Amino acid sequence: MTSVLLPLLGGILIGVSSVMLLVFNGRIAGISGILGGLLRPSGETPWRLAFLGGLLGMGALLFALQPGLFGTGPTLGSGPVLTVAAGLLVGFGTRLGNGCTSGHGICGMGRGSKRSIVATMTFMATAVLTVFVLRTLTVGAA
Amino acid sequence: MRALITAAVSGAVFSLGLALGGMTDPTKVQGFLDLTGDWDPSLAFVMGGGLGSFALLQRLLTRRRDRPVFAPAFPACPSSRLDRRLLGGSAMFGVGWGLGGFCPGPALTSVASGGSTVLLFTLSMVGGMVLFRGLEALRARAVAQAAEGAEALPAAES
Repeated sequence: MTSVLLPLLGGILIGVSSVMLLVFNGRIAGISGILGGLLRPSGETPWRLAFLGGLLGMGALLFALQPGLFGTGPTLGSGPVLTVAAGLLVGFGTRLGNGCTSGHGICGMGRGSKRSIVATMTFMATAVLTVFVLRTLTVGAA
Repeated sequence: MRALITAAVSGAVFSLGLALGGMTDPTKVQGFLDLTGDWDPSLAFVMGGGLGSFALLQRLLTRRRDRPVFAPAFPACPSSRLDRRLLGGSAMFGVGWGLGGFCPGPALTSVASGGSTVLLFTLSMVGGMVLFRGLEALRARAVAQAAEGAEALPAAES
């Protein structure tokens, strides 16, 4: 049961947090947009820093209380080269495509945006394909 | 000031949801994306719960207000125009997400864990954003120069 209830509770907290930012601040909780927007300082910088401060601070608190929530197990095809490639693709891709799992997948789709529906279908498809290829390659190598 | 407090609380609740839901475990994320292998469907409840609660609550809570509490207006509805940037960028993001098992929110939430993989991933992600911004600036300059050249040309001929 916890394998359903905890993820569901986590998802609802993400939804509530995003609605809170929309209703109080009039902003979309898109993490890549909030982080990337900091590269160009503007009047938006203070709330972006506050949001990320809360996010990082809660991350630190949770790591102190429940380090098991943070995965350390080996991922498919791990290694520094793949990690750097993954980071570059996520950073560049989310800025080019204007959003990530939160901005497109939760807020954009939740507001019925056609762009976000297409974006989410696209990144889900390439992510599934990537894991499929990784699994095939790593099984082949083992 | 009050707007900064609500933003910070929103960020904290966001990362609490990510961590409780299991998004901060990249092995679990890859398991969720591994449709053809040993599929772990639990993260579908994170995305479903987030999408469902956001869609419902934003309708209930924004319908009766004409503006947010601390801001002059709600963000405009996004355009429905599909272009290569949206498709190409999203495709790239998906490949990176599958490779590393991290999307931006869970990576930032995990920074305090101090793990070398998540720190390297997050630095590279910021690097990718800086690279994008640099290329955009170069492109904007090239477009501006081309426009200047087009204006200067007829004058030179006359």
